[in-house]
Amino acid sequence: MAESGSQNSAENASGARAAGRLIAHPYLALRGFARGTLPSGWDIAAFLLLFGTFTLVAIAFHQFSAPLAAVENAGVTLSPAALPFYALRTTLRMFSAMLLSLIFSLGYAYLCAYSRRAERVLIPVLDVLQSVPILGFLSFTVTFFLGLFPGKVLGAELASIFAIFTSQAWNMTFSVYQSLRTLPPDLVEATRSLRFSPWQRFRKLELPFAMPGLIWNMMMSMSGGWFFVVASEAITVGNQTITLPGIGSYVATAIEQRDLGAIGWAIGAMLVVILMYDQLLFRPLIAYGERFRPDDMPSQIEPESWVLRMLQRSRMVKWLAALAAAIGDRFRRAAKPIRLREPRPLPAWTNAATDFLWYGAVIVCALYGGWLTVRYISASLGWGEVGHAVLLALATMLRVVVLVAVASLIWVPIGVAIGLRPRLAAVAQPVAQFLAAFPSNLLFPVAVFLIVRFKLSPDVFLSPLMIFGTQWYILFNVIAGATVYPRDLQDAAKNLHLRGWLWWKRAMLPGILPYYVTGAMTAAGGSWNASIVAEFVTWGDTHLHAHGLGNYIAEATANGDYARVMLGVAVMALFVVSFNRLLWRPLYRRAERLSGVE
Amino acid sequence: MSEEQSGLANGAYEALDNHNAVLRVRGVTRAFSRPNGDPLTVLEAVDVNLNKGEIVGLLGRSGSGKSTLLRIVAGLIRATSGQVLYRGAPLNGPADGIAMVFQSFALFPWLTVLQNVEAGLEAQGLGREQMRERALSAIDLIGLDGFANAFPRELSGGMRQRVGFARALVTDPSVLLMDEPFSALDVLTAENLRTDFLDLWTENKLAIQSVLLVTHNIEEAVFMCDRILVFSSNPGRVTAEIKVPFKHPRNRLDPRFRQLVDDIYARMTVRAKTGAATVLSIGERLPEVPTNLMAGLLENLAAEPYHGRADMPAIAQALALEVDELFPMAEALQMLGYAELVSGDILLTPLGHEFTEAEMQARKHSFAKQLLTRIPLAAHIKSVLDDRPGHRAPSVRFLSELEDHLSDSAAEQTLRAVTMWGRYAEIFTYDDEAEAFSLEIPESEQA
Repeated sequence: MAESGSQNSAENASGARAAGRLIAHPYLALRGFARGTLPSGWDIAAFLLLFGTFTLVAIAFHQFSAPLAAVENAGVTLSPAALPFYALRTTLRMFSAMLLSLIFSLGYAYLCAYSRRAERVLIPVLDVLQSVPILGFLSFTVTFFLGLFPGKVLGAELASIFAIFTSQAWNMTFSVYQSLRTLPPDLVEATRSLRFSPWQRFRKLELPFAMPGLIWNMMMSMSGGWFFVVASEAITVGNQTITLPGIGSYVATAIEQRDLGAIGWAIGAMLVVILMYDQLLFRPLIAYGERFRPDDMPSQIEPESWVLRMLQRSRMVKWLAALAAAIGDRFRRAAKPIRLREPRPLPAWTNAATDFLWYGAVIVCALYGGWLTVRYISASLGWGEVGHAVLLALATMLRVVVLVAVASLIWVPIGVAIGLRPRLAAVAQPVAQFLAAFPSNLLFPVAVFLIVRFKLSPDVFLSPLMIFGTQWYILFNVIAGATVYPRDLQDAAKNLHLRGWLWWKRAMLPGILPYYVTGAMTAAGGSWNASIVAEFVTWGDTHLHAHGLGNYIAEATANGDYARVMLGVAVMALFVVSFNRLLWRPLYRRAERLSGVE
Repeated sequence: MSEEQSGLANGAYEALDNHNAVLRVRGVTRAFSRPNGDPLTVLEAVDVNLNKGEIVGLLGRSGSGKSTLLRIVAGLIRATSGQVLYRGAPLNGPADGIAMVFQSFALFPWLTVLQNVEAGLEAQGLGREQMRERALSAIDLIGLDGFANAFPRELSGGMRQRVGFARALVTDPSVLLMDEPFSALDVLTAENLRTDFLDLWTENKLAIQSVLLVTHNIEEAVFMCDRILVFSSNPGRVTAEIKVPFKHPRNRLDPRFRQLVDDIYARMTVRAKTGAATVLSIGERLPEVPTNLMAGLLENLAAEPYHGRADMPAIAQALALEVDELFPMAEALQMLGYAELVSGDILLTPLGHEFTEAEMQARKHSFAKQLLTRIPLAAHIKSVLDDRPGHRAPSVRFLSELEDHLSDSAAEQTLRAVTMWGRYAEIFTYDDEAEAFSLEIPESEQA
């Protein structure tokens, strides 16, 4: 079996390739290596890109330490020339929050996946957190962080970053948790049999396995995050108004001064920013994430990214990777190999006793929390107010239900039509994802302008704003479902002469149902959240509001009425959780069963 | 084996043992506690010695605990009682010098071949150069040179398992554990890999002192092993120890080879013989065999070369069936009274003949009758459904009854089997959405 002649050549080749192995696909690495020793165009481009980014980050972080008063006095200029800088500040907030979300999701998911006791409590908590309307919480967090760093911009920045974080972290955490729970058992056995240390296990098994889901959810989170970054930069809590330099504040100022042209500039800048992060960050990440996809799940379209190709071909990047690998090796060798001993099982009673103490403590805390909330609300607001909030929630619910239904009627046929045409889908899918990422609140002023102009009813015509940004989830999930719809089932349907409604009912709808439910669930959840900004909008000194829970929360926030904000947020969270539990999840399970994916 | 040992004085035996045995399994038992508190034993009091220069096979059907024993030796799971002695000390977790090859290869799909093999050395704390050097020589040894920078998805099944071997061999282990390493491969590839491994083994190119191979393939066991331990199911225990007296390379067509394979078939079917008079209990584990397969096997048995009686190894080979596939089929036919197993042969009963000659409806009728008279679980479900006013009963009800007698997975499997059979026989039906049995076909929701 052994051929000694080929050993040397294999060793040389792999030694030379070692430098690139951290990031490069072997074929690309080989090709890049054959290009000679002069710096290539890719090298120069990569160099400029990397150091340009570093410089910008350094400048922006420098300003974080400035006193708050400086920001408050300077205000925001509406000159388009200032937009690139504002865009940068906004993007930095996004990425700081994303970093925070990554760390949080890995830690939280790890805890849940490896501790049964933590899992029992933390997963339902996460589930509720996911349904809490984050915008409603801005008032609390801003106050908290300003108190933490009094008089410094840093406090306001952190508050904004935290708001974005709360919009990004939960689905990422769920994704990592799901991955950790579904690690392939044979690979887990292999890591144990090979006596990996926990760190090695994380690097070689858990992180790579979680990667595809995590990258996808990071992308979704980023899309969702733009909405909140815009909403959280300019915020008024009670008598304090904070305006952080950024696109969100730019728009807020433009609204105040009724400058439609400036809003156009902001929308343009946002489009450029989203296009850039999509091309520079997510396309490469997705293409890179391909290698972590288990081979039994073939992808439909091989993801391509010019940035990844550039990084893979650039020798400088390779050199950096080799350097990192060498440093990593130093650490690895310095650390003593760990001999993991299987822990001796403890006697059964200690386990039961710990369970008793732990769950007992949890229950006591939960009861105390419930009592505290009830007492606070009954003391400050009274139960009539609760009824009022629930009525408003029903109004908002009506809007959400009607909007999701209308959006479905529009986008499901379009999505299916696109999805069944692979070429069209390849073009339309990124566009739909792009539209989902666009913060729709930038467009609100335009809508308000039109409503005021044509004297329309806010109760009806403000509603579409709620779903404006989230309807795309329905579209691109349906496209995804239709693209993977089996070819032979399409042929069978044709062969059976299924046409019109019968074709939808028998052939298409059951096949795409799981995808549609995923999209509709996301759209509905997002709409609840968006109601807080969509039911209460301003244009200069014109205020428009629709009757609903979103408006209730927004008004309470503006007035600094914490009790009402609390009540509104709690009622909304309750509605969203019940919707998920009673409608979406059973529907999803049923859909999965119908289409046989299980 | 244990009888021989009892003759020796303990001390003398230990001395002899230490000299020759690489690894000793002493009275290893593995049991789970069931919901009602009774333990469910999957592996009972197993004693095995792995001696120097020996390939030992663990042969048995699925559920016989052979894989459980392998995982206990690998330190992946813990024995309920008894111990594994390795290098003079009780084994406690995965040990240095014991490597494992997996049925599913268990390669990291995101690592290249080279990185996968290097992963085997990860825990040894070697430098990068040293790791690379050893990994490359293991890759060379196993015939993977040229594939070092390929990802597993670019490789065929046989090549992937070679990576699995290289990853295990790179650590220079003294004991190699193999968990059905060839069963996921096609026949040709499996044979190619087996002979390649045996070449390395017989030419002493490996540091390995002893090999433990789990398999359900009798031919494979006779082809590779020096000693075969035959396992029985429920609970798993060693029922026979068979020495294989042939030198490598072995010839499968050698009459003595064939004879030994036949003998082992006979041994493995002796246990399965229940006889027509034996009454099964409600908690009997049922093999999950589709009715189509049963009918197909019956038709084959009745037809040309066999005329109602077939040698098990012969028919297994003719129909390209593994032992793991043939035995459950034969067992199901025996339970239903369509066939008998006699010393390695399967023969059709008169009822079986009748079945093969009948039309579809008559077959169903016969099957229903056999099911209700011979499988108590089927009769039980039918009578519960008859008694209930709505003629419906949730499946959980029967599942929890079964779990008093069987492990969770065996209970589920048994319920699936009886559901499949009952539906074919049209004695009851099952609504998957409601997870309930009923007598009537559930109202069509497609209306």
